[in-house]
Amino acid sequence: MNPIENGKNHIIPYKTFLYVLAGLIALTLTSVTLTRISLGTLTVTIALIIAAVKSSFVLRIFMHLKFENKMFSRAVIGVIMLLCAVITITLLDYLNR
Amino acid sequence: MSTQKGFEEPSYLEYKGKYKGIFSWILSTDHKRIAILYLFSLLTFFAIGATLGLLMKLELIAPGKTIMTAQTYNAFFTLHGIIMIFAVVIPGLPAVFGNFFLPIMIGAKDVAFPRLNLLSWYFYVTGVSLVLISQFTGQGPPDTGWTFYAPYSFRTTGNMLPAVFGAFVLGFSSILTGLNFLVTIHRMRAPGMTWLRMPLFPWTLYATGWVQLLATPIIGITLLMIVAERTLHIGFFDPTLGGDPLLYQHLFWTYSHPAVYIMILPAMGAISEIIPTFCHKTIFGYKFIVASSIAIAFVGYFIWGHHMFTSGMSGTALYTFSLLTFIVAIPSAVKVFNWISTMHKASIDLQTPFFWAVGFLFVFMIGGFSGLILGSLATNIHLHNTHFVVAHFHFIVFGGTGYAFFGAMHYWYPKITGKMYDSRWANTGLIIFFAGFITLYGEMFFLGMRGMPRRYYDYDEIFHTGNIFSSLGAVVMYFGLAVIIINLFSSLRNGAKAPSDPWGGKTLEWTIPSPPPVENFEEIPVVTKGPYNYK
Repeated sequence: MNPIENGKNHIIPYKTFLYVLAGLIALTLTSVTLTRISLGTLTVTIALIIAAVKSSFVLRIFMHLKFENKMFSRAVIGVIMLLCAVITITLLDYLNR
Repeated sequence: MSTQKGFEEPSYLEYKGKYKGIFSWILSTDHKRIAILYLFSLLTFFAIGATLGLLMKLELIAPGKTIMTAQTYNAFFTLHGIIMIFAVVIPGLPAVFGNFFLPIMIGAKDVAFPRLNLLSWYFYVTGVSLVLISQFTGQGPPDTGWTFYAPYSFRTTGNMLPAVFGAFVLGFSSILTGLNFLVTIHRMRAPGMTWLRMPLFPWTLYATGWVQLLATPIIGITLLMIVAERTLHIGFFDPTLGGDPLLYQHLFWTYSHPAVYIMILPAMGAISEIIPTFCHKTIFGYKFIVASSIAIAFVGYFIWGHHMFTSGMSGTALYTFSLLTFIVAIPSAVKVFNWISTMHKASIDLQTPFFWAVGFLFVFMIGGFSGLILGSLATNIHLHNTHFVVAHFHFIVFGGTGYAFFGAMHYWYPKITGKMYDSRWANTGLIIFFAGFITLYGEMFFLGMRGMPRRYYDYDEIFHTGNIFSSLGAVVMYFGLAVIIINLFSSLRNGAKAPSDPWGGKTLEWTIPSPPPVENFEEIPVVTKGPYNYK
């Protein structure tokens, strides 16, 4: 049952928040470091992958998606797929110009 | 005190809460009062936008300078576009009729977040105020058109930043309204109101809510990128800074094409309410109409590129966008066929809202078919940026949303105000408006096909006759609008008292008194059947 209906809130230990925060800082430093290395067209791809991993941490832990009703996860996945479709269509222009 | 049907509660017009006078309106969190705030704000901005439009048409009545300079004309079409798009047709039906009727039609006492609802109105007024301030401050009014196209938008000396920021704030208002409606529909439907027992207007508000929520942030970010480019010289769109002007067009239309569906979907929802009520008949193909609303909202995300056919996009993108554009015509056509099938063999009660609905069908189909001509790659090359596009756009947006707005206004007026209006004057106004509308915009199709570009304050002598007709049409249409609006206002004072269900409607709003009590329902209704049960 979802937390709104059963009136209970999921409590995450502070330690978990600290681990996630450390992970986010480490990934940010990795992103910054990678900008100093010439990886050609892969630069943007790697930056986006790191950003996606960071976003998933924020969504799942800080925004409690991990503990919520599955419907919310599905809604978020749907929105991400929509965004991917929009970017893919935009790339039809950029990659074929 | 309203005592109809045994209700003891005062109507929302009588009950003022803890504040008095104007504060009982601008601090109220009642969805109905907020809807009225939107209605009056929107009518004010519409009057400004329509007057600007009329002045532009008077300028075009003859070649050369007539009543304004070229620079003033540029400023006028920019302000006309920003006000009409961001302040009138985008909030239009959802903010006014959605706010008023969504909770009532699903059997709820209010929207899910009433304070957020009021905040969205404040964002709305602030956004429009910023746009208006940009006209009178800085180094002259913005002159980019409502699209703020790069690279001109960061090179012009016009006062761009307040206008762009105003549009950004208006976007926030739209997002909050969409979010509120989505949560309301998901969590506050009355017992027994399953998804497929929900009336079609709330269904279209649901589809629109998703578009508002997911597409509007894109324009917000894009407008902030213009601000960053103008103030911090970060190269997003300026080629000299390493940017790409086409990226701006992609980002702008990724929002602004779905925005067309923010405008038109609730309009289709209102028409789907009007037609079965006056046909006294269950709507034909309810599930298909629901599915077509969702399909339009979904496919609408992927067709923005048809605004950019002449911009230099790759061939692959051109073919893809053209194909997808043709696909979106299918769910729109499903709706039209279903509305007409509902009328088939019906005993139609010929009242003013029904005339607006039929007018909507007529002009929307002309707008839709001309859209297919523009969606075709070859013909688009000839017609792009001509008056043909202006005509198509106004047939869809003004013809679609505008007709549905006035249709909805005449349909729900007795419920909102508790008064009946004078049908004779309402029909007279509609006839004058319709004649003016067709003369004004119909002529533009021909002007465009002959090559008259849009957004030019001057033109060649060969376009003179067409422009005379078009400008006279504008005057007639403006007069028709005045008749319609004056009639509605005078009926507030002189109209007969409205019964709770003057048209024989079957949805929940017709089961409560006119005007509705503060909390809508004495008891939350239990829904046991579909919304258009005329059997």
